[in-house]
Amino acid sequence: MREHAPTRFSWISAWGACALTIATAVSGIQTANAANVEEVVSPGGIHAYLVNEPSIPFLSMAFQFSGGSSGDPDGKEGLSYMASGLIDEGSGPYDSQAFRAELEDNAIQLSFDADRDSFSGSLKTLTENRDHAFELLRLAITEPRFDEEPVERIRQQIISDLTRRESDPEYLGARRWFDIAFAGHPYSKPTRGTIETIKAIGKDDLRELVRTRLARNNLTIGVAGDITADELGPALDEVFGSLPADAADVDLPKTTPQGDGETVVIDLDIPQSVVIFGHGGIARNDPDYYAAYVANYILGGGGFSSWLTEEVREKRGLAYSVYSYLYDTDLSPMWMGGVATRNDQVMESIRIIKEQVARMADGNVDEKNLDDARTYLTGSFPLRLTSNDQIARMLVGMQIYDLGVDYLDRRNGYIEAVTLNDVRRAAKRLFNEDMLVTIVGSPSGDGDGTVPRLEGIDAPSSGPHEDNIGD
Amino acid sequence: MAAGLTLATGSPARSSIFNPETFMLDNGMQVVVIPNHRAPVVAHWVWYRVGTADSPLGKSGLPHFLEHLMFKATDKIPQGEFSKIIARNGGNDNAVTSYDFTAYYQMIARDRLELVMGMEADRMVNLHLTDEAVLPERDVVIEERRSRVDNEPSALLGEQLNVSQYLHHPYRLPVIGWMHEMESYTREDAVNFYKTWYAPNNAILVVAGDITADELRPLAERTYGQIPARDVPARVRVTEPPQRAERRIEMRDARVRQPSFVRSYLAPSYDQEDQKTAYALEVLSELFGGGGTSRLYRSVVVDQALASGIAAYYRGSSLDDTTFRIYASPRPNVSLDDIEKAINEQIATLLADGVTEDELARVKKRMLADAVYARDSLSGAARAFGAALTTGQTVDDVEAWPDRISAVSIEDINNAAKLVFDIRRSVTAKLLPEETEPTG
Repeated sequence: MREHAPTRFSWISAWGACALTIATAVSGIQTANAANVEEVVSPGGIHAYLVNEPSIPFLSMAFQFSGGSSGDPDGKEGLSYMASGLIDEGSGPYDSQAFRAELEDNAIQLSFDADRDSFSGSLKTLTENRDHAFELLRLAITEPRFDEEPVERIRQQIISDLTRRESDPEYLGARRWFDIAFAGHPYSKPTRGTIETIKAIGKDDLRELVRTRLARNNLTIGVAGDITADELGPALDEVFGSLPADAADVDLPKTTPQGDGETVVIDLDIPQSVVIFGHGGIARNDPDYYAAYVANYILGGGGFSSWLTEEVREKRGLAYSVYSYLYDTDLSPMWMGGVATRNDQVMESIRIIKEQVARMADGNVDEKNLDDARTYLTGSFPLRLTSNDQIARMLVGMQIYDLGVDYLDRRNGYIEAVTLNDVRRAAKRLFNEDMLVTIVGSPSGDGDGTVPRLEGIDAPSSGPHEDNIGD
Repeated sequence: MAAGLTLATGSPARSSIFNPETFMLDNGMQVVVIPNHRAPVVAHWVWYRVGTADSPLGKSGLPHFLEHLMFKATDKIPQGEFSKIIARNGGNDNAVTSYDFTAYYQMIARDRLELVMGMEADRMVNLHLTDEAVLPERDVVIEERRSRVDNEPSALLGEQLNVSQYLHHPYRLPVIGWMHEMESYTREDAVNFYKTWYAPNNAILVVAGDITADELRPLAERTYGQIPARDVPARVRVTEPPQRAERRIEMRDARVRQPSFVRSYLAPSYDQEDQKTAYALEVLSELFGGGGTSRLYRSVVVDQALASGIAAYYRGSSLDDTTFRIYASPRPNVSLDDIEKAINEQIATLLADGVTEDELARVKKRMLADAVYARDSLSGAARAFGAALTTGQTVDDVEAWPDRISAVSIEDINNAAKLVFDIRRSVTAKLLPEETEPTG
């Protein structure tokens, strides 16, 4: 491991020095003080991570129940997602309008979401309305009403959204990618369902989901803001204490993405093709995770600094955006990326991306690449923790991945410890130019043959849109 | 480098929340400091009083193109190095262009602040552009246009809506530019624009985070303060002629699966003599179409079950006349005509009966409470001040936001509604699939 000189930036009145010297002069960035994380255990035994920050009179809470859309019943795909849209549409004594009014009139922000692996939510409230906010959250997760009006309204909203997505290239590309990569596995299920499955979901399905999936043993909670540990403990019992102890078991098999080397086109008459690419990844708890994270940063994760941006955008002006990221999920770690470019430049762009992936897989990363990645990844970490919302979400992630209550203090050490050999080893394990590629658009001109197309592919009607997940 | 097609300004907040400190450098550069000591981090923003509405004739979007080119070489920083130096210092950087401003920002540890101030000051005057730098970047912004506009039927409709609303004023231009004019950008166009508008006396520095004005002032004097003031032309904006006839547009596109509806009315911005109207319109947009219990949502989405979504938007921070807009998407098998009829009924009810004491009190309470959350975001605070100061408002105006919102009366709202909901000053826009029965 490289020694970092503890050079505090001392270039203050020397503007005019060559910029190239700047980069070497500041490699030892001091880590901003990490927030003080406490583990809180309620009298009833519910755990949460807390960062007490009293300077602004409000708090953010993030919480997550493991088990998401992958566990939706066959023919009822989209159930978790639909439930997430309905659980704050009327509870206990409040019908939908009354419940929304309680939230809005008190500036309480409550929202829910579902993805492949989890059913999650977030709450934001001023300190003066805290007790009421906790009561509304309790009602939402324990006594949702699923009245007919909101059920039909949310059903129609999802159907409208799915209909709109029938011509959304990003959505179509991601759906097709997951259809091929996880054929026959629950991960191929569309998180938002299809128009048919959304029509098939009834109130009993929604009630059953809430009854069997929202429990204390699959719950993770993070809180940041104006509340002390002593205040939070009893509140956890009030909000979550009446949930069942155990969630129903959903046993889903681990898997890996298929389709390496395939390129598939979904025809859509648009001026710019949208490309999704990817293959298997490295799990969050793998010993090579941080080395792989650094390798991906250098390749395609580093915004304006990445190899992909340099080669595709800066040198050739082929695209506005090109990126890649590690995406860990419960059942299959992945590495994914994307680019969007004029139809006649798509194949050239993909060729260049594959060249850069091969360059990384072949170990062609150098000490300067590593230094630059380390200084960015360690120095920018505190920037990701400047708001209560961000901190609350981070606290959930720390528990999901079992990183420990002192992770924020240790995290930069993991990045610092990554050596060049680590990066090369992880890159060789991780990257393969034979990736699965989906193209949505009207690509032309790959130079040495026709662009492969799957026979009889229509635009799929629905499915999840992938979000980036950082470390 | 994002074109801020719509910049979310968030809620400006009361002085007891942000407590900004301000001072002026000798060269005329205004400085706003918003101390927030939660983390040893700062958001550093430089705002120029120039945007898309100041595009040279025939070069729409040039301000956004220059925004991209500002990341190329100066005499001191080689091409491609600007963002890499920021990244090596653990920072993030980007920029945003809108109609009335262009802004550059970095988020970085506070002990790196003077580094980025030096770099930002350097590129304010020392940008060095070559064809080798300019021409590939022109291809990049053209791809950006394809991503943001040409691939999105609703964005294409938005362009048609703007040219219909503004016959004369440059708010009719797309922020990113018309494709055929983008293809004509030259190095010389960019250099001329840069030399005309980029000067310290046309810029505003906003720093939010772990810093005070006393700490910032010497850094600002050593960096931006070293740059001499230059003559900057007045922003010559033509005045939109009176709109006397309602306008209607309908766009069909084979990619549309789900129709959508927009009604847009010309509306005064904050930068008017009578600022009262703008604050009243802000409250009105919240009360009328700002959430799940707003009048439009309750009536059109919940009670009548016609739309799957509906909302009203008003953005007061605009140098010239802005718009008040209502967006709706129908439920399947509901026609846009039925949606429009329902919206018109709600407007008619509002104009006839006015708003109630109770709903005004509720919406005010919510808006003022939401302002507390604004303090949690460094960039949100910087954006609120930057957007206000580049569109004719003052620091005091931003500070007085809660008082002004509190002061809005029923009469103010009812008057503002009568002013803005004039069908003769509206554009009604419909986005439809190619194959569908014609709408009336």
